[in-house]
Amino acid sequence: MSDTHAQTVAFVRESMVPPADPPLGETGIFKWVRENLFSSWLNVLLSVLSIAFVVWALAHLLPWFLQSVWDAGSLTECREIRDARYGEGAASACFAVITERWNQLLFGFYPPEHYWRPVLAFVLFLVAVSPVLFQGLPRRLLAFTAIYPFIGYWLLWGGTIWGPLLVIAGFVIGWGAFRLAEPRLGTLAAAIAAILLPLAWWFFAVGPIAGDLAQIAPIGLVRIGSGDFGGFMLAFIIGVAGIALSFPLGILLALGRQSHLFIINKSCVGFIEIIRGVPLIVWLFTASLLLNYFLPPGTNFDLMLRVIIMVTLFAAAYMAEVIRGGLAALPRGQYEAADALGLDYWKAMRLIILPQALKISIPGIVNTFIGLFKDTTLVVFIGLLDPIGLSNAIRASTEWNGIYWELFVFIGLLFWICCFSMSRYSMYLERKLETGHR
Amino acid sequence: MTTTAAEPPKQSFHLGQLIYDTRYRSLTIQIVALVLLMLFFSWLVSNTVQNLATLGKDFDFSYLGQRAGYDINQRLIDYSSESTHARAALVGILNTLLVAFMGCVAATIIGVIAGVLRLSSNWIVSRLMTVYVEGFRNVPLLLWIIAIFALMTEGTPQPRDFREGGTASMLLFDSVAISNRGVYVPAPVWGPGSLALGIVFVLSIVGIWAWRRYAHARQERTGEILPVFAVSLALLLVPSVLAYFVLGAPIGLDYPELGGFNFAGGLHLRNSLIALWLALSLYTGAFIAEIVRGGILAVSRGQTEAAFALGLRPRRTMNLVILPQALRVIIPPLISQYLNLTKNSSLAIAVGYMDVRSTLGGISINQTGRELEGMLLLGGFYLLLSLVISSAMNFYNSRVKLKER
Repeated sequence: MSDTHAQTVAFVRESMVPPADPPLGETGIFKWVRENLFSSWLNVLLSVLSIAFVVWALAHLLPWFLQSVWDAGSLTECREIRDARYGEGAASACFAVITERWNQLLFGFYPPEHYWRPVLAFVLFLVAVSPVLFQGLPRRLLAFTAIYPFIGYWLLWGGTIWGPLLVIAGFVIGWGAFRLAEPRLGTLAAAIAAILLPLAWWFFAVGPIAGDLAQIAPIGLVRIGSGDFGGFMLAFIIGVAGIALSFPLGILLALGRQSHLFIINKSCVGFIEIIRGVPLIVWLFTASLLLNYFLPPGTNFDLMLRVIIMVTLFAAAYMAEVIRGGLAALPRGQYEAADALGLDYWKAMRLIILPQALKISIPGIVNTFIGLFKDTTLVVFIGLLDPIGLSNAIRASTEWNGIYWELFVFIGLLFWICCFSMSRYSMYLERKLETGHR
Repeated sequence: MTTTAAEPPKQSFHLGQLIYDTRYRSLTIQIVALVLLMLFFSWLVSNTVQNLATLGKDFDFSYLGQRAGYDINQRLIDYSSESTHARAALVGILNTLLVAFMGCVAATIIGVIAGVLRLSSNWIVSRLMTVYVEGFRNVPLLLWIIAIFALMTEGTPQPRDFREGGTASMLLFDSVAISNRGVYVPAPVWGPGSLALGIVFVLSIVGIWAWRRYAHARQERTGEILPVFAVSLALLLVPSVLAYFVLGAPIGLDYPELGGFNFAGGLHLRNSLIALWLALSLYTGAFIAEIVRGGILAVSRGQTEAAFALGLRPRRTMNLVILPQALRVIIPPLISQYLNLTKNSSLAIAVGYMDVRSTLGGISINQTGRELEGMLLLGGFYLLLSLVISSAMNFYNSRVKLKER
């Protein structure tokens, strides 16, 4: 074929023709706009409507944002500054309320001379949580994570240092009892001792000893009651405590619900369904109105602690369902393989089942965390001063009566940043743990 | 030297077996758990009994039959302050169900539209939907409720602005007024003959159902495809419209009109209801949008291509191939969103909407001092509601589940 061809053609061009530029409509911005905005009549309509909406929204919001007043003592002062600067009745945000009430929005009624304590607790929290979030950091930091709850509690609430130290000592006692008893009495007796001894220590010894030590060596910080907590600090403390406590509880509940033991299974199912079937707000009212009925006469404990317990139980029930989904999604072969290796139940769960099941359920777990963090705003209804409660309080003052949007925008933005970064982190984690097969 | 023969191991039972023998261990664990549980509950009950005795209270539901003595501004059934607490609870339950139902419908519409548009190839539309979804999902619902309520009460004109020469005007040919006292819409007036019209309407719906059945059976038998959608639409509209004119326009509209300082006539939707409804549907709509998007993405592209290869048209591909598979993924989380919406409607407390928590679990408790009974009934109501909804979901799930092996 090619031979004949070569003979029939008299002239063959030796140099390549330079490629012509593509038509203008097929390159650059024209092509992009045509393909992404105006590819069909429906899309033309949608694009025009969307652009009109965006322009309309920006025309209303941008002047409001850009002509904002940041330094004023009250709303009337704000209005005067606005009238002087931008003309009578111009759209103008009065963000002065944020600058003036900044500390209150962040810390509630925490005494100002002690603001360094929650700030330090927050910085240390970031240090403590970083080795959990990022595997690349030195593992030794985890030891700090383990003792952080006590440091955080001591910094925030104050009191003598002996209480938290003696509580830590309880864990040491439990560990020591286990190590001492295991070779002599066997695993079971050692485990029982490791549970009972610290409990006895916490219930009967810590109180008096801490009191005595405080008399001898009064090292500590000024005690600050939960009533003074408020603002984002409150939302953050409830959220973080709820997240940290509900995760292990949720795993236990999920395992209980998957269990073959009839009574364990049924009681876990009952707990999960009852908690999930009733709105959180009803549970919070239960905590504030009814808990006194259920506890021994005369017991009265902190409202904030009650809220943390309720939020934890609530989130744990949701978490249990999410993790159960992950457990159910694992192929049966994984369970059988664990049995075939001769692992006992806890080892099989810890080494084979849970790592995979938790990986599958990361999106759901993080969604539960986000939901829990958002739900911390509900505590306003039982009288705690979370950011929304504070915004009501600020509006009730004579200076700032009638201010809405600036506070809503600020509070919404802070929650948005927290929740959005959590969801981004979960996507990062999913990508990192992706092994290519499920 | 005498050696004693080793005794054969006795088959006797010793206590260690309860723990180390797998035959008995599960039994031991369960019995221990049962005992602990029973101890815990008896501790709770004995505490409660003791506390009630100390406070001089008893455990008694008869307060439900007593006069409530408070007013409820938003009600679907007759109620006055002379009615009983039980009646007040019923009004609250109906209000909860009303806002939950309206919210579910609106959230589904918003969510489906937003979810589909987020997958659109149109750049600006998909970005806008992303902003909507991420914005609503990551901010507490309570903040949205309060913000929308503030918008309704602060950002809307007063009724007197609607007067001649005022700054505000009514929408949709002077039929809808959005004011800071609430939204006024035309109310239907049921004249004589409206019952007959209703019967015609119900009959035409039955007719549509029968026609679809017939068309389906015929297609199964002969392969011939009948025009289902056009005929259904005609069946829905034509008989009702004809009957409407034949009966002499039995259903009229009562338009809201400005009289004195407020609107008179029409249907008054309170700001609390509107704000709660809008916030619940926009918030839940953002979650539903993600569910819908996930469901559509879960159907692999090969399914569409296979349907096209079989010669199905795009709409039939959507109806017969894509939707049935996507719905299987979408429906279960969708129902759990409905459940969440219903439970979140208890945030009505933020705007003063009289739902079941405000009547049965709020004012009734304050007036009678019966926290224990009131909260138990309230919890029981929500629990019952969610059990009913979730059992409906389980029924649906088991129907559409892939039958394998």
